[in-house]
Amino acid sequence: MTTLLSVRNLTMRFGGLTAIDDLSLEVPAGRITGIIGPNGAGKTTLFNCLTGFYKPTRGSLRLAHPQRGEMHLERLASHKVVRDAQIVRTFQNIRLFPKMTVLENLIIAQHNRLQRASKFSLAGLLGLPVYRAAEAAAIERAATWLTRLGLDSLADHAAGDLPYGIQRRIEIARALCVEPVLLCLDEPAAGLNPRESAELNELLLHLCRERGIAILLIEHDMSVVMNVSDHIGVINYGRKIAEGTPEQVQNDPQVIKAYLGEDDEDGEAAP
Amino acid sequence: MSAVVFAHHAMTPAERLRDAGWIAFVALVLGIPLIGLTTVDAGGRLEVATRFGLLAVFVAVAFAGRLVLRYGLDHARARRLRRVQAGTEADDGRALAQRVVTVLGWFALGAAVALPLVFSGNRYVVDTATTVLIYVMLGWGLNVVVGLAGLLDLGYVAFYAVGAYSYALLSTQYGWGFWQALPVSGALAASFGILLGYPILRLRGDYLAIVTLGFGEIIRIILVNWTEFSNGPNGISSIPRPSFFGLEFSRRPAAGEQSFAAFFGLDYSPMQRLIFLYYVILVLALATHVFVSRLRRLPVGRAWEALREDEIACRAMGMNTTNIKLSAFAIGAMLGGFAGVFFAARQGFISPESFVFTESAIVLAIVVLGGMGSQMGVVLAATLLVLIPEFGRNFAEYRMLLFGAAMVLIMVWKPGGLLSHREPTLRLGAAAKATEGGR
Repeated sequence: MTTLLSVRNLTMRFGGLTAIDDLSLEVPAGRITGIIGPNGAGKTTLFNCLTGFYKPTRGSLRLAHPQRGEMHLERLASHKVVRDAQIVRTFQNIRLFPKMTVLENLIIAQHNRLQRASKFSLAGLLGLPVYRAAEAAAIERAATWLTRLGLDSLADHAAGDLPYGIQRRIEIARALCVEPVLLCLDEPAAGLNPRESAELNELLLHLCRERGIAILLIEHDMSVVMNVSDHIGVINYGRKIAEGTPEQVQNDPQVIKAYLGEDDEDGEAAP
Repeated sequence: MSAVVFAHHAMTPAERLRDAGWIAFVALVLGIPLIGLTTVDAGGRLEVATRFGLLAVFVAVAFAGRLVLRYGLDHARARRLRRVQAGTEADDGRALAQRVVTVLGWFALGAAVALPLVFSGNRYVVDTATTVLIYVMLGWGLNVVVGLAGLLDLGYVAFYAVGAYSYALLSTQYGWGFWQALPVSGALAASFGILLGYPILRLRGDYLAIVTLGFGEIIRIILVNWTEFSNGPNGISSIPRPSFFGLEFSRRPAAGEQSFAAFFGLDYSPMQRLIFLYYVILVLALATHVFVSRLRRLPVGRAWEALREDEIACRAMGMNTTNIKLSAFAIGAMLGGFAGVFFAARQGFISPESFVFTESAIVLAIVVLGGMGSQMGVVLAATLLVLIPEFGRNFAEYRMLLFGAAMVLIMVWKPGGLLSHREPTLRLGAAAKATEGGR
């Protein structure tokens, strides 16, 4: 099992608040890694550091890219993390391009490839075959994922008009169009009904087993995390408190304490 | 939306009459001072006279008009309701709207081409039409920045000024011709766009608006105060007019030059130049339209729209938002610069007074009233905004009131702009058909 991403001693401070405190984590290639923890534990902050939205205060994020070799993510601007390191994320509160159609959303995900093919828009303006072929390929790729996720009939609808569960799927399809080596999903099952989250499980396993995409998954829905994750890291107050297989994590006294509170707090079950 | 439609029941005849009665009452109250009473000149002094007959007609018209309007509205609503229930409204309505817009576009193009031929003797019409086209072109340029990229720019007139002054100075100081100066001035305006773009990359919305507003003012104030450079408030005069492939539009061309009229064996008429100018701006505007609509369907155009929708999502898709913003500013500024060059060439005289904030506001109003991002909407709004004050000339001091009221009414009636429908840049169905049929 090779390591795809290794997070070493990551610290992220906002003024006096330490959101992530000396966190180390390994994400293996071609596996699903779950990240769980109570609200405010620093899970989304970890994603933001990973994808270049925040510059970490300290620590290193090293990616062993299968083609491009070792990359230091903390030194890359956010668009380069996606473009060069091929790490793509989704958002906890869905961020689609609401007025644009589903297909357009998926085509925009392939912006860098198309922009290069359009040669600073010149080839595109002239309608040269180079560009037209690239565009056809982009539509083809988008259509493949739309069909795989059962969205093909909705391709020409404005993304913002569609139901929540569908928008979640569109966001994943859009991320997949970037052809990620590491897919970071921030609560992909939030707001999904049981049938939809079962479909999500099936999709995640497919992506990982058949397509070899490593997945980093933040999720509160235990039916998703425990069923699909190969490995789970538990974060609380910015620190990693436990790590291991789903069974190990479920029985870890630290984790139980973090989720259910101390004995003397009368056991108020958070999430 | 649909909840409102469903809750609305059909009106009974009694309700319709009562509704119309109310309107007639309001008309009566308004009409007594406005129509019912008037002053007449009775040998040097004023006397109040009554016109109750006319007032009765007015009230009756209001009553009948309301009945018909109400009936028409209800009828239309019921029809729409039926279509919503049939579940076809979304697709049918959009396809129909799109067809109407397309037909309207071709019709407008035909009218624009034919206009100077029909009104070849009427200087006023050709002049006004030229003004409309300048605003259409400015609107299309600003549409890139505001409508597509969603960057609120209140200083667009700055680029218009840069274009105009570049041509004015290049031609009067260095003897450049219109067609030589056009690309250079456009490039200059584009570099000013990038210059403005850099410091405001991190700003959005209101903050962006304020900085761009300031930038517009800076350019104007420089033009007013830097007398050695721009001749200050006196402006630059005797800017050469564009020539028709080297043929001048003048009665007595300079030595060694030939005039347009003499070359084609026509009698000289000042209208020839006006019509030529009209066609120049028509061609420039159409080129702008083709350019912008093609860009919109390219990655860069889609990136602009994506930037308008969600900047963070753009970054998460690996897009370099800096380049996207700068390209929007540069392209928008370049088109504004082209319009400026034409403006200077047409007027023959420019001064900083032509580039005040009101111009920016009008161009922005054209984009917003037309429907953000809609190319046809810009044409419609530019025509309205130029023509309303023109038609209002008879009302003298009320014309700006009319202008303002029209803008308020349009925004109340259509908050998204006149043509707010967004046509997707590509469709899966269409692409599939094209690959099956075409290749």
